[in-house]
Amino acid sequence: MSWLRFFRRRRADAELQEEIDGFLAEETAENIARGLGPEEARRRARIKFGNPRKVRETLWEQNTVSLVDTLGRDLKYAARTLARTPGFSLIAIAVMAMCIGATTSLFTVVRSVLLRPLPFRDPDRLVMLYEHFRDARSNQEGFNYNTVAPADYFDWRAQTHGFEDMAAMRYWQFNLTGERGELPEEVSARGGSWNLFPLLGVPAALGRTFTESEDRLDGTAALLTWNLFERRFGGDAAIVGRQIHLSGKPYTVVGVLPQWFTYPDAKVQVWVPYLSGLPPDIVPHHDYHFSTVVARLRPDVSLSSALSQVEAVQYRLHMENLHAPVAEDVAPRTLNDDLAREVKKPLLILMCAVGCMLLIGCLNVANLLVARGAARQKEVAIRGALGARRLTLIRGQLTESLLICAAGGAGGVLLSLAATNWMASTWKDLPNAVGIHVDGVVLGFACALVFSAALLAGLLPAISSTGKAAFAALQASPRSTGGNRSRALLRKTLLTVEIAVTVVLLIGAGLLLRSFVRLRSIDVGCVTANVLTLDYSLSMQKYNSPEKVNAFNEALVEKLRAMPGVRAVALGTALPGEGNGGDDAFTIKEHPALKPGELLPDALVRGADPGYFSALGIPLLKGRFFTGDDRLDRAKKVIIGSALARQYFPGEDPVGKYLHVPAFKDADYEIVGVVGDTLWQVGKPATPTMYFPMLDGGVEQGGSLAVRTDSDPLAMAVPVEKQIAALDAELPVSHVQTMQQAIGESLGNARFSASLVLTFALLSLLLASVGLYGVLSYLMTQRTTELGVRMALGAQRDQVLRLILFDGLRPAAIGLALGAAAGAGITQLIRSMLYDTEPLDVGVYVAVTLTLLLVATLACMIPAWRASRLNPMQALRAD
Amino acid sequence: MAKNDRTDGEMLKGTLDMMILRTLVAGDAHGHTVAKVIERTSEDVLEVEQGSLYPALHRLEDRGWVSSYWGVSENNRKAKFYRLTVAGRKQLVVETSRWRQMIRAIGLVMGEELAADGGTR
Repeated sequence: MSWLRFFRRRRADAELQEEIDGFLAEETAENIARGLGPEEARRRARIKFGNPRKVRETLWEQNTVSLVDTLGRDLKYAARTLARTPGFSLIAIAVMAMCIGATTSLFTVVRSVLLRPLPFRDPDRLVMLYEHFRDARSNQEGFNYNTVAPADYFDWRAQTHGFEDMAAMRYWQFNLTGERGELPEEVSARGGSWNLFPLLGVPAALGRTFTESEDRLDGTAALLTWNLFERRFGGDAAIVGRQIHLSGKPYTVVGVLPQWFTYPDAKVQVWVPYLSGLPPDIVPHHDYHFSTVVARLRPDVSLSSALSQVEAVQYRLHMENLHAPVAEDVAPRTLNDDLAREVKKPLLILMCAVGCMLLIGCLNVANLLVARGAARQKEVAIRGALGARRLTLIRGQLTESLLICAAGGAGGVLLSLAATNWMASTWKDLPNAVGIHVDGVVLGFACALVFSAALLAGLLPAISSTGKAAFAALQASPRSTGGNRSRALLRKTLLTVEIAVTVVLLIGAGLLLRSFVRLRSIDVGCVTANVLTLDYSLSMQKYNSPEKVNAFNEALVEKLRAMPGVRAVALGTALPGEGNGGDDAFTIKEHPALKPGELLPDALVRGADPGYFSALGIPLLKGRFFTGDDRLDRAKKVIIGSALARQYFPGEDPVGKYLHVPAFKDADYEIVGVVGDTLWQVGKPATPTMYFPMLDGGVEQGGSLAVRTDSDPLAMAVPVEKQIAALDAELPVSHVQTMQQAIGESLGNARFSASLVLTFALLSLLLASVGLYGVLSYLMTQRTTELGVRMALGAQRDQVLRLILFDGLRPAAIGLALGAAAGAGITQLIRSMLYDTEPLDVGVYVAVTLTLLLVATLACMIPAWRASRLNPMQALRAD
Repeated sequence: MAKNDRTDGEMLKGTLDMMILRTLVAGDAHGHTVAKVIERTSEDVLEVEQGSLYPALHRLEDRGWVSSYWGVSENNRKAKFYRLTVAGRKQLVVETSRWRQMIRAIGLVMGEELAADGGTR
């Protein structure tokens, strides 16, 4: 058997025919020579040769690669069968395309975000290091990776040897202006230590990366990312060596980073040296946590031993700073996990959800195939009787499900291209350091999906329809009804599983949805309707004194307040619901000194102008708000949130007491008021908060504005920006949105996973109900004769209706019970994703049960009603 | 495929191949000649079934033991001629020696039995 011959079979056959003709001619000639008549001579020659067809067939088979040949035949046959029932085929292919498409897209995202290593040199030896606190509060949320203090990083780097090197990064935000008064632009930036880029193995695309001497407090080197280089500087390499202004300070561009480098995310536009621009007094501190550290493991050292060295250093630092928030331990995290952050769990849940949907899709196609198997019982029986082996029959049917799945898979991959793009652009929390796109591995995954789905969907129906019982079809009289019991049972079992999986999905989706709705309706502690929010930052060169800063801020607030349509204006350093915004440790002057080993209390820090609380509707509980008089040197006042009062002043009146904040030049601040709690992030508990007067004249800050309006706040955005530009045209304004938008954005994860899982669950419900309808219709057709007899004997129409209805609802009910039981176990896994919602939420279970029963009843009603409309005479004559 | 081969019998198939190769030692020949030569030389004891002759010829060609070309027969007809290749000649030696061993072995078995029979008589 040779491949060459296989493809040249036809020619070989033609040649053989000629050869045979030659033989016959020779033989005839010989016979004539022996004295026979031509007719007889030819006849004898034919007899001698025997059947030429048999010779040709033997040779044809000898030249055939039998596997390919039978596969080709199976494919042709399956394609013809499918084409004969286009409705069925299209439904099955669409179902598979949807399921395979969804699974493939999620796999694409999961692979890009969680599995594919970042494009750095030897990425498997890179690890992120964080501080890890042991106290209960830090560990309660199951997430304990604290950013690193600069002094800790320097000590780790100097005193341990398990890592080749460690580099630090910090967050920055700059106002980028050019040398010649171009438009200002708020850019996201990072500070990176000079060794960061060599450590990651990232060379500059143009120029060079930082040098050790540039990484100092007054360092003014800057690296552009490719995005900014192309976008703002037109890709002109002459920018290297020139100056740009970052928040009013001149920086020299030393290089441009390569196009593929979008780490830690694509929003970062500029890199400056790690130490550049840090206040000098912060560097020696072990409790200013703002850096992330990436380390490269030495090849000959294990992670655990390298880590134990760092932990030893950290524990010593902790012991030396007992009261300060210096962590006891160090926690490592892979770079992928570090970037994936909050999306890892939702991604895995979504992956499970699409897996369930794929399973349901397969079961559905299996169910459809079983139904077809029933219709083709005679054909199978006849082929079996003619000598087809069972394996051949099974292979034939599997080819059909393979064709369906392959066509579905092709459609699914196309679908997933679109879906993946949509997901990558819609899901804002997805890290984008590695591009999310379909590649060879993903295609391989899709192929594997196609084959396993084909096996899953095709094997069971194929085995059942080719069993011994199948041959009974030849003996069965047209009226017998007994032969199909086992097949009906198989279909009901498939259906039960399908419904059970659907129920699990529905429960999961219901819980996530309920949790999301609860999150949406949380009161963040202030007015959120009709509030426009925006951030601005002040150039340090222009506003270099407290008086200038105050003058601008007050003028701005006054101007805005005077605008028509504006009800109130709040100016602070951070607004409720829009993130952490920084925290600091404090002590209470009137309280006894801390016991050794006791951690300093800690609270969020916010600046607030006199109108902040009233404009945002934050209630005053005790004391007073700030006034215009709490400014500059008279600004040593603080207002505390009620959580701080409850936690640190139980049973006493905090007003009039003093908070000592070591970070703020070791000063004492008088508590003048207590206000209601606001949440810094929706879904997180209220945290102790200290508000300081905005008018203390801190020079480094810009501010966050909240403008309460009479009507649609976004309509006020442009007028408000115009007012700001009228005061200072160079001032960059960012994050212009309504407060509800800002809060909604922080719920992106919850919304995304809830809505996607819900979509999958609803699609599964649809599939399951189609399955239910299909099975019941089939059963009804099978029982037509029986129903006819019943009705002829006096059964009422509503009795028949009930009979069929309950027949269909039984698998639904069993599936529901099984699914609910499984769901109770499985949903424990998503407990940490749920806000204020128990995994065994009664409301969700009741809603799921009712929905499923309703949909199931509807799906069963149609065939049941049709059965009750049967004309008994026709039913008895059928077949 | 395997099933069809079995009807020829292992032994017969092997020997047919060998005999075809042996026939071709005398010179190139087409299918008809090969069959005739085998029949004549065996004094018409062996009748070559055409059903197995052509598959056998093609099989031998597949294995590279014979090569084929179209030529003109002695009766001036177009015919496919087969020629023994070098590899085929080697194969013939191998098969011949195996055949001899087989004959000897069978002969030993049968001869001993006959001798024993004669002894008791």
